[in-house]
Amino acid sequence: MTVEELCVDRGGRPVLDHLDLQIPAGLVTGLLGPSGAGKSTLLRAIVGVQMVRSGTVTVLGQPAGSAALRRRVGYLTQAPSVYDDLTVEQNLRYFARLAGVAKDRVGEVLDQVDLTGEGRKLAGRLSGGQLSRVSLACALVTDPDLLVLDEPTVGLDPVLRRSLWRLFDDLAASGKTLLVSSHVMDEAARCDELVLMRDGGLLAHESLDSLLERTGTSDAEAAFLALIDGAGDRQPEPRRLEPGADGAVDPAAARSAGPRRGVASSGRHAQDGDQR
Amino acid sequence: MNGSLATAGRVLAQLRNDKRTIGLILVVPCVLMGLLAWIYHDNQPQLFDRIGPALLGLFPLVVMFIVTSISTLRERRSGTLERLWTTPVTKPAFVAGYAVAFGVMSALQAVIVVAFSIWVCGLDLQGQVWQLVVVAVLTALLGTCLGLLASGFARTEFQAVQFMPALILPQFLLCGLLVPRDQLPRVLHWVSDVLPLSYVVDAMKSLATSSDAGGDVARDCAVLVGFIILAVVGGMATLRRRTP
Repeated sequence: MTVEELCVDRGGRPVLDHLDLQIPAGLVTGLLGPSGAGKSTLLRAIVGVQMVRSGTVTVLGQPAGSAALRRRVGYLTQAPSVYDDLTVEQNLRYFARLAGVAKDRVGEVLDQVDLTGEGRKLAGRLSGGQLSRVSLACALVTDPDLLVLDEPTVGLDPVLRRSLWRLFDDLAASGKTLLVSSHVMDEAARCDELVLMRDGGLLAHESLDSLLERTGTSDAEAAFLALIDGAGDRQPEPRRLEPGADGAVDPAAARSAGPRRGVASSGRHAQDGDQR
Repeated sequence: MNGSLATAGRVLAQLRNDKRTIGLILVVPCVLMGLLAWIYHDNQPQLFDRIGPALLGLFPLVVMFIVTSISTLRERRSGTLERLWTTPVTKPAFVAGYAVAFGVMSALQAVIVVAFSIWVCGLDLQGQVWQLVVVAVLTALLGTCLGLLASGFARTEFQAVQFMPALILPQFLLCGLLVPRDQLPRVLHWVSDVLPLSYVVDAMKSLATSSDAGGDVARDCAVLVGFIILAVVGGMATLRRRTP
């Protein structure tokens, strides 16, 4: 998957600015950055639902959004996009049928997202975490080659997050390509490769190990801050982040909290995500 | 084809899970017709025979307009529409799916309310019953397509509901039910010529008063089909795979 010179405006302001990016096949690539960094916009451009000003996005050898790709790409929107007034199974069967996939996939994906036995419940009666997994299952049910997942683990408990990341690893091992966004820096450790974004541009694109080595830090959040501080020294670019869209990374608070890692520290970030 | 059938099945499944909406769609028009028959029962039963058929055209238009505009707006706002555009479903298949599903519902509504009006309320119809049902179903389809079109211009459910009085009530005032259309001021007569509900009421009036109304009704139906096509094309133009 290749993104070249991608520029996207939303509401008259540039959200992505001459972005270049290549995502390798068969790996889990994490797209990390604070909210407002342009992650969702980039993912929308990749699945072909984002109006773009200029630039090209090529996915599996085809222009993004082309008809041939729609059977091969699975997209999870940031907010759960399922029909509240359908049961879990009815939702899954609809998306399976649109792609011409056999119904037996429905039971399989319910197992994969740990919702076995919930198939007959109305989606609107589920908890938020269950609903977001139904939404994920709707993206998985067509067995796509590329999965574009916008914050799939927000608001889930640590055990579920772990099991989903294992699922992502398994999918990548079976040859699928995954692009997973998150504003929780701890999730960097789960990804084969990292893309760090801020203010509509790329900060870094490498593996976590090489990122930590290059910045001399011990976790992704510290590395992110080191990159921002470094970039600030070189080119004092004004922040384009709007005042309301407070990023998940508050430099002062993060520094005083010191380096940290693990799911315990992610609560505050998860709440930030829910506010949108 | 597959996409439209899958979508129609999905929309009907949504309705099946929502018994109260089905009840409202099917029962409310019957209650209103019963009320109308009761109002005129003692003094002017012949007035019920004149107005009743026209209202049989108005109900499906209003109900289907509201149901479709709200449900497609919900698709736009909940993100399901955005997700659908990443699947193989096409715009015509999506619209056809909605039209088929609500077409089925409106046929059901038309059959029930027509049967209720004739056999319970004693509506005296000169023309053919099946022609009345055809006109009612076409009107319902028109309501579906206008609702789809209106939802493209509404940002919130609140706005979508406001489109009902904005788009339907002027048609109601000018359709010839309050004042026969040829007695309207000339400009209003011209306006009523380009409003679809006028042709619905024309057809219904012919069916109410003439046992040989087939030709007139067919002509009005042809005009209605034209309006439906216009509304579908307009509604489809409001669906965009790529959004800002």
